[in-house]
Amino acid sequence: MGQRLIYLDNNATTPTDPRAVEAMIPFFYDNPGNAASRNHPFGWAAEQAVDNARKQIADLINVDEREIIFTSGATESDNLAIKGVFEMYQRKGDHIITVKTEHKAVLDACAKVEKMGGKVTYLDVQRDGLIRLEDLEAAITDKTVLVSIMWANNETGVIQPMKEIGDICAKHGVLFMSDATQAVGKIPVDPKAVGVHLMAFTSHKMYGPKGVGALFVNRKNPRVKVTSQMDGGGHERGMRSGTLNVPGIVGFGKAAEIAKEEMHQDAERLSKLRDKLETALMGSLEEAYVNGNRESRMPHVTNISFKHVEGEGLMMTFNQNIAVSSGSACTSASLEPSYVLVALGLGDDLAHSSLRFSLGRFTTEEDIDETIAKVTEGVNHMRDISPIWEMYKEGIDIDAIEWSEH
Amino acid sequence: MAYSEKLLDHFKNPRNVGTLDKNKNSVGTGLVGAPECGDVMRLQIEVDPITKKITEAKFKTFGCGSAIASSSLATEWLKGKTVDEALAIDNMAIVEELALPPVKIHCSVLAEDAIKGAIKDYQAKNGVQTEASIAASH
Repeated sequence: MGQRLIYLDNNATTPTDPRAVEAMIPFFYDNPGNAASRNHPFGWAAEQAVDNARKQIADLINVDEREIIFTSGATESDNLAIKGVFEMYQRKGDHIITVKTEHKAVLDACAKVEKMGGKVTYLDVQRDGLIRLEDLEAAITDKTVLVSIMWANNETGVIQPMKEIGDICAKHGVLFMSDATQAVGKIPVDPKAVGVHLMAFTSHKMYGPKGVGALFVNRKNPRVKVTSQMDGGGHERGMRSGTLNVPGIVGFGKAAEIAKEEMHQDAERLSKLRDKLETALMGSLEEAYVNGNRESRMPHVTNISFKHVEGEGLMMTFNQNIAVSSGSACTSASLEPSYVLVALGLGDDLAHSSLRFSLGRFTTEEDIDETIAKVTEGVNHMRDISPIWEMYKEGIDIDAIEWSEH
Repeated sequence: MAYSEKLLDHFKNPRNVGTLDKNKNSVGTGLVGAPECGDVMRLQIEVDPITKKITEAKFKTFGCGSAIASSSLATEWLKGKTVDEALAIDNMAIVEELALPPVKIHCSVLAEDAIKGAIKDYQAKNGVQTEASIAASH
């Protein structure tokens, strides 16, 4: 086709920064050692590289390097934190609180906890995606051991009031865990400053390689421990066995160092581009709605519903060269749209009509201009062939129709 | 997932998009699906009162690429057929023609339902005996 490819799906994964790739390469060829080999130079070089990366990552989130546990990614970190705390603190209690809009890695780990005999409360969110602090406080019991609330949502970019949540957890002596996958490396994230005791994040959402993530585990006041979920050689202070992915960790570390340097300028540039995209689409298309709170939100994300247009079909009008994602899950057997958008109170129809645009470090203004043109054209085309748009234009109340469910 | 050339062609250049006058006796309308499910198809046929052949078919669809392509293909197939021939169109023929992946088979089912709905509506208007005049699909 020869068309320029435009990538606006950075919340799914970010491209690896070439500087991170460069840093990794020696650890495939020159230094192929195992970081756990303590008795020869190959092992020493690998261990030193891991230590350096651990420091770079700890510096990004302002914690001690001994508080970083390497994993295979955020899903594993979420699992380790939730199941690990549940098992470790069973004598204290068996109750976990989380939120309906969490990532599946958290929700499914919580479902496993329920199978293991624990109790889980799933908090609702308001229309803008934020939790109600009073709901959280009301849900805490003397059996509550953990509150797990994500820093920023993957679909809407909405940022929860972390400090306020941390204060409530501290007041009740409950551990606070956060899936910060979408936030780390993109906005300032300082878990200790807001009272987060465990925090999951991953390399490949911040321009590092895939297959490596981390769990921050608070070491002092309180000293947090988790029961390992992967047993073996006792790596990572016994919390996560398995040979360390040395090249991946080196790339992750480099990505963290770059993020610390550049996130502010990236965020400033991307929020301008995001706002341009949002303003243009909202201005040229009627019946378009931004999903989630627009103030407390990641700078590079917008999630918009285009009423009476199905998201997956809409994407097909431009997905030969523009990559975004949709809250419509028409490919799944269930036909259920995004549970995150449904939890915000969107009807299933509006959830099916949503697109998520997530910009990144390599997004250009030219990308945004072309996206505005193509999406506008796509929405107009899809509305031209949409029977419910026609009915809407004729003033027919679509909600009053008795649809044949299938 | 990668779609077939035929499917992409129907999606990009949908045939017979439009609206027929649903109040005309010679027009039958089928409206199936639901916005909450992410698919709504409206398929309309116009039948020649003398030859009983379908002379015109139009659709509008809210849905994914497979749903749009399935309804576009259905309108192409309907033109020139008699009502009885049209009733014999099976969803699996659409699946084969467009090489729909398993997760998209429901789109072809919806298209078949839309065809049947349009025919029932036409038959009900024209006093043809059918047990399914309850279809009331619009």
